[in-house]
Amino acid sequence: MAMDGTEVLIKTVTREEAAILDAWVALLKAGGALQTGRIREAELQTQARSVLEQLRQALASGGTDATADAYASLRESLADISRSRAIQGFTPTDTISFLFSLKEPIFDALSRASGTDAAQVTAGIWSASKVLDQLGLHTMEVFQQSREEVIGRQSEEIAELSTPVVRLWDGILALPLIGTLDSARTGVVMENLLQAIVDEEAEIAIIDITGVPTVDTLVAQHLLKAIAAARLMGADCIVSGIRPQIAQTMVHLGVELNVISKSTLADAFALALRRTGRSVVRKAPSAPDESRR
Amino acid sequence: MDRIPILKLGGALIVTIQVDMHDRLAVALEEDLTAMISRTGARGVLIEISALEIVDSFIGRMLDNIASVSRVLDAETVVVGMRPAVAITLVELGLTLSGIKTALNVERGMAIIQARLDEEDADGLRSARGRYED
Repeated sequence: MAMDGTEVLIKTVTREEAAILDAWVALLKAGGALQTGRIREAELQTQARSVLEQLRQALASGGTDATADAYASLRESLADISRSRAIQGFTPTDTISFLFSLKEPIFDALSRASGTDAAQVTAGIWSASKVLDQLGLHTMEVFQQSREEVIGRQSEEIAELSTPVVRLWDGILALPLIGTLDSARTGVVMENLLQAIVDEEAEIAIIDITGVPTVDTLVAQHLLKAIAAARLMGADCIVSGIRPQIAQTMVHLGVELNVISKSTLADAFALALRRTGRSVVRKAPSAPDESRR
Repeated sequence: MDRIPILKLGGALIVTIQVDMHDRLAVALEEDLTAMISRTGARGVLIEISALEIVDSFIGRMLDNIASVSRVLDAETVVVGMRPAVAITLVELGLTLSGIKTALNVERGMAIIQARLDEEDADGLRSARGRYED
């Protein structure tokens, strides 16, 4: 009796589901799936059982085309598993091994079921490989996508975190910039700065670029935009913390920052105080002076 | 046609824009303001735009024009209360309004105009005395 690969596969998986599951979980454990401690045995067992069950159902109703609608729920659960593993920090190999280690138990079951009929075994194995490979690719894609989402979220958070606007005194704000300034970040910086100017009724904003590694024409342009916008709202900007190398680079590049600039944040703050009609005075002579008298 | 009222307070003219500026309104404002400056001899113009939510390049240019015309008529323009979004838009449009003074609110804007009036009063006094002594 000749059966095609798909039929053999469906029959075998249906008949030997329990055996395949046991062999699979044993393989996973032997492969060290539990060693990292990131996943518990019961959880692994549940995941394996549900994947195998859904695979059986999908095979029965949709054949071996893993992109068919019958596989939708299986693809969804694999995606969930892949996503949670990406977030838990599993490597791609760990993630994909989960699915690919299912091959061995299924191939074993196929050869047991078909006995000596080599053609039938080959056909069955081919069908199983095809399905599992397609599912594997899908799993990888979701894994990659989840990692990219994580990276994207982190870079957004960094952008948010790294643009604080701090209040130094009544009406004096400081904006310590750290990291490279690109258009996206400048947008965030500008919005934060302008909103802070409104909220604090600031007259002067000090933009400190000690933490900006390079200033090229583009960065200078971004800075000038932020300064121009602040001026339109009625606040003056002072740029501080331009490092010597950066100052040289800027001059060599022909970048002109036509703004008030001070070498340190302290100098800028002193100027800001003076501009707002304040001054810092020492209240009493310092200790060494007293002991001398 | 709608017109934006212009208020006179001492040596200053005050304009608050509380409606969406459309082009004709902006042109009318420029005309009215110019006439008013020459009639009253005002030395300062305060334009309050905290209610202005949308600007385009034309409105931006009108503000610049008003400032230039006022300067010719010897009045200083101070724009106050610009919203962050408006400021960003103007900068992105390349309109930095470099001829206009700006202030965060009406109080600070009036302080700028008042400082100029005081300065001119002092100058005026000195020059008058100088003439008298001659």
